[in-house]
Amino acid sequence: MTAMTMIEAIRDAHVVAMERDDRVVVFGEDVGYFGGVFRCTLGLQQRFGAHRCFDTPISEAGIVGAAVGMAAYGLRPCVEIQFADYMYPAYDQIVSEAARLRHRSAGDFTAPLTIRMPTGGGIFGGQTHSQSPEALFTHVAGLKTVVVSNPYDAKGLLLAAIEDDDPVIFLEPKRVYNGPFDGHHERPIVPWSKHPLGEVPEGHYTIELGTARVHRAGSDLTVLTYGTLVHVAQAAADETGIDAEIIDLRTLVPLDLDTVLASVIKTGRCLVVHEATLTSGYGAELSATVQERAFHHLEAPITRVCGWDTPYPHAHEWAYFPGPDRVGRAMQALMSA
Amino acid sequence: MRKPDLDEKVERIALMRKQLVRVLDDDGQAVGPWAPGLTPEQLVTGLRDMMLVRAFDARMLRAHRQGKISFYMQCLGEEAIACAQQRALRPGDMHFPTYRQQGLLIASGYPLVEMINQVLSNTHDPLKGRQLPVMYSSREHGFFSISGNLATQYVQAVGWAMASALRGGTAIASAWIGEGATSESDFHAALVFASTYQAPVILNIVNNHWAISTPEDFARGASATFADRGYGFSIPALRVDGNDYLAVYAVSQWAAQRARANLGPTMVEWVTLRVGAHSTSDDPSGYRTDEAARFPLGDPVDRLTRHLLVTGALDDARQQALADEVTRDVEAAFQEADSHGSVKGGVVISPKTMFDDVYAVLPRHLREQRDQVEG
Ligand SMILES: Cc1ncc(C[n+]2csc(CCOP(=O)(O)OP(=O)(O)O)c2C)c(N)n1
Repeated sequence: MTAMTMIEAIRDAHVVAMERDDRVVVFGEDVGYFGGVFRCTLGLQQRFGAHRCFDTPISEAGIVGAAVGMAAYGLRPCVEIQFADYMYPAYDQIVSEAARLRHRSAGDFTAPLTIRMPTGGGIFGGQTHSQSPEALFTHVAGLKTVVVSNPYDAKGLLLAAIEDDDPVIFLEPKRVYNGPFDGHHERPIVPWSKHPLGEVPEGHYTIELGTARVHRAGSDLTVLTYGTLVHVAQAAADETGIDAEIIDLRTLVPLDLDTVLASVIKTGRCLVVHEATLTSGYGAELSATVQERAFHHLEAPITRVCGWDTPYPHAHEWAYFPGPDRVGRAMQALMSA
Repeated sequence: MRKPDLDEKVERIALMRKQLVRVLDDDGQAVGPWAPGLTPEQLVTGLRDMMLVRAFDARMLRAHRQGKISFYMQCLGEEAIACAQQRALRPGDMHFPTYRQQGLLIASGYPLVEMINQVLSNTHDPLKGRQLPVMYSSREHGFFSISGNLATQYVQAVGWAMASALRGGTAIASAWIGEGATSESDFHAALVFASTYQAPVILNIVNNHWAISTPEDFARGASATFADRGYGFSIPALRVDGNDYLAVYAVSQWAAQRARANLGPTMVEWVTLRVGAHSTSDDPSGYRTDEAARFPLGDPVDRLTRHLLVTGALDDARQQALADEVTRDVEAAFQEADSHGSVKGGVVISPKTMFDDVYAVLPRHLREQRDQVEG
């Protein structure tokens, strides 16, 4: 075990994948020589050569389109979109091509590729460095969507994503790259080296896509969440004294329904939390699914705490971000419902 | 370098995409047919514009170091391009800029204090704290709202120009892009629309040689120049010394006249150098060495200053007075803006305003969300 930041864990996953399988190629904007603007691919080009890890022109459509072609050929591309906010030029290639290639060709061609992108706000990035577009992917049949919350999971999930035979969208909330940010932006961030999930095994391991993790066991209510908001929910539980069971979903599609339902059936109360905008967000899917499958176990209506339905504002990001106060108040309201 | 007639056939000027239009020679003289014949006062104004932009950038970087602002992007070394083109176009024309054309706003006379209000995201920010610093917007000053998503504005400029033509207007559009972002599909969409509809638009490509850490050849590929991109679309394309205020003015004027005479789009590759970091989030020492000293086109402010000194339009005393004046103007604007708070200092407008302008009329679900926000 080694203490790693999430950036180092992601880098390490690349190294392991590239060493084990020479079909793995890594590319994107500023990814090669410089090692990525968040440094997640630092040293890969120097170690594996520019034919395995390279810079691309600034064309997200080109990056993903080329990755689809390479994957169809038989390679295993793992590409980076510099910020999730910049994936839209690639959206056609993701939705119309990567997601459906297997189905439309009846398995004749497939697109086993991983598309990584930093998501989420909290860095004063304004509306084009802060988005959480997971619902734009979960809505698309044929894609798997992963959101990571810590270094240990990030490495195991990224290795699983690269090895997966389907296209995987791999979302990295940038606010947890360097520590388990709990929404208290006024306090210094605790580094991953002081957190058990910052302990990362050496070498190869995978975390099966479609498995959630019980982040905190509890009996009062269930929190369904992922990414940065896992840590925010933890802070809210600690500060309200509510014995919340926090489920870190880790993969949104496929969803670990067994873990979700077992928890909701146990606690009888369900809070859904995400940073993305509320309307038609992934929380709506969770809420509908829990309601359909566990209605008779619910003691209160399912509640959602999400980003407001506005673009992510620069100056007001902490009024926008669903921080521990808002999540805590929702927990209290749910307990008294 | 020859100066073609406005309606010169595109095949006859095709080679200009490989050459370099210059006016200011190495001795500070204005030479050749492209010399724009500006008066000494116009030239001093041009110099002052560039000096103001430079002083503004320097002050903002200082504010960033002092922790007063969250982010900034300077245009050090590229000042001539936006400043000269602004002066060569007319009020009513619309620029579709990137984040590195602050010179357009400053040379248009947009109040510095408004720019700083935006950069500070303070209570007087004209964009109400919504946008990242430097993502200005001013319809009145012919400056289209900046997007963080590269290249989207390029094809929008073509659309704006098409609309002007459709309505029989005389205003033209000017599209701006960095050489790196020409890789994006929207750039190519802009060219095909501009070519097909012969839109009255200037298609500027600012080749400052770097796209964050990536050198220009990643976007250029096997072509010799960026101006080559115009050729396949039969768009007249020129490659120009972007650190030469006179050349920028002359070529911008030529392209604008072509557009206004209904002769269609013109592409211009401005050759320059990004002297500073990409942004305050970037440290170039990891990917390049200091190139400014070796850059053959020199520094735009120094070159115009030299020309004015050589021709007697400026003396040392006036130059010093200009320098003092721009520093004073920037400092006064900063002090005023700073008195209106900042996001870093926690003094911003009410967060409830974030719900305004999502739609023309606030819908019910946003009204309900707004009620949950304090402040
Ligand atoms: C669609 C999109 N992709 C990526 C980015 C991230 N990004 C911001 S600026 C930049 C480099 C742009 O370089 P260039 O076009 O040469 O302009 P310069 O910064 O040199 O002025 C990149 C990759 C973005 N803003 N938008």
